[in-house]
Amino acid sequence: MLPELSHKEILRYSRHLLIPDVGLEGQKKIKAASVLIVGTGGLGSPVALYLAAAGVGRIGLVDYDVVDFSNLQRQIIHGESRLGDLKVDSARTRMLDLNPEIQIDVYNEVINSENAFRIAEPYDIIVDGTDNFPTRYLINDLCVLTGKPNVYGSIFRFDGQASVFDAQEGPCYRCLFPEPPPPGLVPSCAEGGVLGVLPGTIGSIQATETLKIILGIGETLVGRLLLYDALDLSFQTVQLQKNPECKVCGEHPEITGLIDYEAFCGMSAHDHDEGSAGDEWDITAAQLSSRLKENPHLHLIDVREPHEREISNLEGSELIPLGQFAARMNELDSAEDLVIFCKSGTRSTRALEILASAGFKKVKNLKGGINAWAREVDPSLPVY
Amino acid sequence: MPTLKIPTPLRPYADGQSTLTLPGKIVEDVLEGAVAAYPMLRKHLFNDEGKLRPFVNLFLGEDNVNQLEGLKTPLSDGDTLMIIPSIAGG
Repeated sequence: MLPELSHKEILRYSRHLLIPDVGLEGQKKIKAASVLIVGTGGLGSPVALYLAAAGVGRIGLVDYDVVDFSNLQRQIIHGESRLGDLKVDSARTRMLDLNPEIQIDVYNEVINSENAFRIAEPYDIIVDGTDNFPTRYLINDLCVLTGKPNVYGSIFRFDGQASVFDAQEGPCYRCLFPEPPPPGLVPSCAEGGVLGVLPGTIGSIQATETLKIILGIGETLVGRLLLYDALDLSFQTVQLQKNPECKVCGEHPEITGLIDYEAFCGMSAHDHDEGSAGDEWDITAAQLSSRLKENPHLHLIDVREPHEREISNLEGSELIPLGQFAARMNELDSAEDLVIFCKSGTRSTRALEILASAGFKKVKNLKGGINAWAREVDPSLPVY
Repeated sequence: MPTLKIPTPLRPYADGQSTLTLPGKIVEDVLEGAVAAYPMLRKHLFNDEGKLRPFVNLFLGEDNVNQLEGLKTPLSDGDTLMIIPSIAGG
């Protein structure tokens, strides 16, 4: 039995009601639907706004983070007046302003193997707007195990991907990507950047697919992966096949419950760029400042990209971008004291691991990167 | 000659190139040509036993080469082989 629409709702949704494929019946289906959006960041912002505007009756929001200044370039559901607020609260306030007729549940927690079934239970559809591999595998396995469709979107710089993984009708995320890439190969948006509009494009596609699933109309992206290149402005779809050997949705599944996804992926379930190589290898910005007073010729190695040196720079440092580091480490002298830095410490930790495995011992990682230096030692430099 | 599209995350290991045009009659020839020209690509595409890594998806047109003849899939001049990357940003 579908819910009725009030006169106010009929006016609000009149542009939907005029479409024969939606109509009154379709709008009632949208009102009866429940959708969980995991992540209220770049992708989650347009998904949440459009699904709220469309009148999805019950929307769950999962996020553990607070609104940060560097989010506002793309996370359009938030605003400067909400800096420091919980993202789920900020998003709910904006969504209820757009449409007070709907129910919004908030989960201010990290979704993990312990709470995922509880959080997902009331919802028909899960939208993946997360920013890291462990949570993407968690959401995939959760959707396969509970039979819910996973509306997938992912972004990096100018590239976007979207699909609908519904293991009851087609392949799942693991059929396409049985394993994640090794830690460090694919930079996060916090390290590598992302065009602010890109999540608008991909998130809007996720919202579209969600509404099509609710309405049961059109051809969804089940069995297809959409690839978007914003630089070429090209869209391409490729065909995806179910993998009979898939460990979660294949003929003989090995994964029958949720696992430890951070261990599986070898990385943390967040994209915060805050690398530390451990106490033995780290040097703080204040410690480096003292060391430089004793030895102004200390060898500083910057493993960022060349264009980042135009934003901020440490005088006298040598540039060896991380992508070239393994090939150029023979330029370095293991007898010399070395300090490696990047933006926030993630890439420099990887460079340090390369050197440490080659036997370098007199090498340190600037904890928190040049951003920590800007905050703690030289406020004339910007934080980015 | 066939063209190999390099995804953004792998471009730092291919001198920033987005496409490589390489001679080859099968998929394996093109990949071998790519890693010969850009040795740093090898460890990102192949494991220590020389097999394609599980997160590397190669598509010829709309089809995954695993659903065709794998690394032995024949290529024609003008074909575009695409590496689909695993990305996680959101």
